[in-house]
Amino acid sequence: MSYSADFLARAYTTMKTIRLFEERAIVEFEKGNIPGFVHTSDGQEAVAVGICMHLSDSDVIGSTHRGHGHSLAKGCDVLGMMQEIMGKATGLCKGKGGSMHIADFSKGMLGANAIVGGGPPLCNGAALSAKTLKTGNVAVSFSGDGSSNQGTVMEALNLAVVLQLPHLFIFENNGYGEGTGADYAVGSHDIAGRAAGFGLPAEKIDGTDFFAVHEASGAALKRIRDGAGPAVIEADTVRFDGHFIGDPQLYRGEGEIDRLRRDKDCLIRFRERVLAESWIDKDVLDGIDADVEALIERAVQEGLAAPEPDVSELTTDVYCSY
Amino acid sequence: MNNELAQERPMEQSTPRNKTIREAINEALYQEMERDSTVIVLGEEVSGGAGCDGVDDAYGGVFGVTKGLMPRFGRERVIDTPISESAIIGAAAGAANSGLRPVAELMFFDFIGVCFDQIFNQAAKFRYMFGGKAKTPMVIRATVGAGMRAGGQHSNMLHPVVVHMPGLKVVMPSNAYDAKGLMITAIRDDDPVIFLEHKLLYETSCHVPEESYAIPFGEAAFTREGSDATVVAISAMVPKANAVADKLRKEGIYIDVIDPRTVSPIDSESILESVELSGRLVIVDEAHERCSLAADISSIVAEQAFSSLRAPVRKVTAPHTPVPFAPSLEDAYIPSEARIEQAIRDTLGA
Repeated sequence: MSYSADFLARAYTTMKTIRLFEERAIVEFEKGNIPGFVHTSDGQEAVAVGICMHLSDSDVIGSTHRGHGHSLAKGCDVLGMMQEIMGKATGLCKGKGGSMHIADFSKGMLGANAIVGGGPPLCNGAALSAKTLKTGNVAVSFSGDGSSNQGTVMEALNLAVVLQLPHLFIFENNGYGEGTGADYAVGSHDIAGRAAGFGLPAEKIDGTDFFAVHEASGAALKRIRDGAGPAVIEADTVRFDGHFIGDPQLYRGEGEIDRLRRDKDCLIRFRERVLAESWIDKDVLDGIDADVEALIERAVQEGLAAPEPDVSELTTDVYCSY
Repeated sequence: MNNELAQERPMEQSTPRNKTIREAINEALYQEMERDSTVIVLGEEVSGGAGCDGVDDAYGGVFGVTKGLMPRFGRERVIDTPISESAIIGAAAGAANSGLRPVAELMFFDFIGVCFDQIFNQAAKFRYMFGGKAKTPMVIRATVGAGMRAGGQHSNMLHPVVVHMPGLKVVMPSNAYDAKGLMITAIRDDDPVIFLEHKLLYETSCHVPEESYAIPFGEAAFTREGSDATVVAISAMVPKANAVADKLRKEGIYIDVIDPRTVSPIDSESILESVELSGRLVIVDEAHERCSLAADISSIVAEQAFSSLRAPVRKVTAPHTPVPFAPSLEDAYIPSEARIEQAIRDTLGA
């Protein structure tokens, strides 16, 4: 399979944007510019981008507490996101959501979700809308290995099969549910295998390989759009940082993060592959690096300068009418 | 209020069209599904018979409220689900975010314990957390109330739990006319609405016009009028309060009986206006007393009409116990007409 330089440039731009967004979020959090609980997804970019490149704005995704990457991959505005996680009035959700509750329905981003296992039941609903209204759209829920152990997710898997919903369940297995190993907490050690027991196709892929993600999810989404019902993909991936910014990560093995950054960095792997195949010029990638760096710098500066919400906003947006 | 009431409740019509609450809600669902193809119904046995060899539409909901919808609108819009409350409510919320107007049935409101996250952390909070950009036009229908000898896990009145939650609206009709009009409003509303149907009221009937009509939320009904005392009654307590008011009327004691109809939003103005005249307030609710709607109404009056009160507020509620099974105990659990009457007499100093 071959890829156009334009496609690769878009993929790389989005992955790089997520990487630098997350790395800068850590810096700004530590400076006190980002309040609250923040969970970064650096290391997992290939999953978000490889899948979302198959989706239009009218397809929807649901995400997790570790949702910056999914949001950016689905097209949420970088500036609006930075302002949101800084709690600014001009943020994507007027500063009322924060890092764990970013949504942009106009982009088909149904919401990050700070409840582990909260998203898949909701994505069933979006898939039910697509099926009932015959829009041809699909829903994709991103969940983690931790979420795969939640009862709500198992209910959602079963209901999706019963109603044959156009829903692709993604389980990003980054090896950790917070500070507990997935090998310990997933009793069967096999999320895809367990999901297959619900009666839907389920496969396990290398989530640090953009091309593996893009091809597997493309095939699954095509089947789903053709009416084959739901499917599951377990993407093996890596979490470069802690569960949350500030996590001392004492549970990590010695040298583990260095090894992951050396061997499992999806951006390095992407660069090596596309250059080895001569699909794109190195200059183009370097140019993207510089552009994204400038974009993130601008996002931070605009975020810092943006106004805080007026206190009058405290009691608005609770209801459509009351 | 009274003129409006006369328009809204044409009980005195020459040819009454008596319908039960069950029939009235069914008619509202039917008419809204006819009117708007984005309205769907989902839940356990809302039709019944899916995947079975016997007859279709075998249940129409365990209390028969959704009977006949599936034969008319098909299984695409009347969806029998597995027994998976989180999946049901989650699917309804996600569908509401993406173009449908789902009416999800939570068979017994006690089952909120299984799916509470999807209600209060998800559906209720989307609009606020997402900066006012989300709409979640969904209705959760559920049965409430004791009296069926169903014991601890199928009998509770848990409306105070959801009234507490910003982002949710809570509707509690006490008669068939209101049930139809409030259900139509609930389906057309753009916020998540919890619609609570008391099991003991399903068979009660009154005049229900055939044509579609919507009753606005947040407008109480005065089901009896009088300025000697004010009784606020909720759901199945309304007919009991009416009966007590009718009895006292024969003694020359005239009672305002206020049925809030929706408890979030609640028409506190009507309650305050009544108490300002009567100076006496009794609140009758089948829920427990602690942290309750009764306590909430009491505090509204204490804060905003304290100087009008001529007697302490009385609350007639269930005790702080689970709902018992034994008929003798359950009968003692549910607020009785005798307790309501005594509470009114207490406030009157009689």
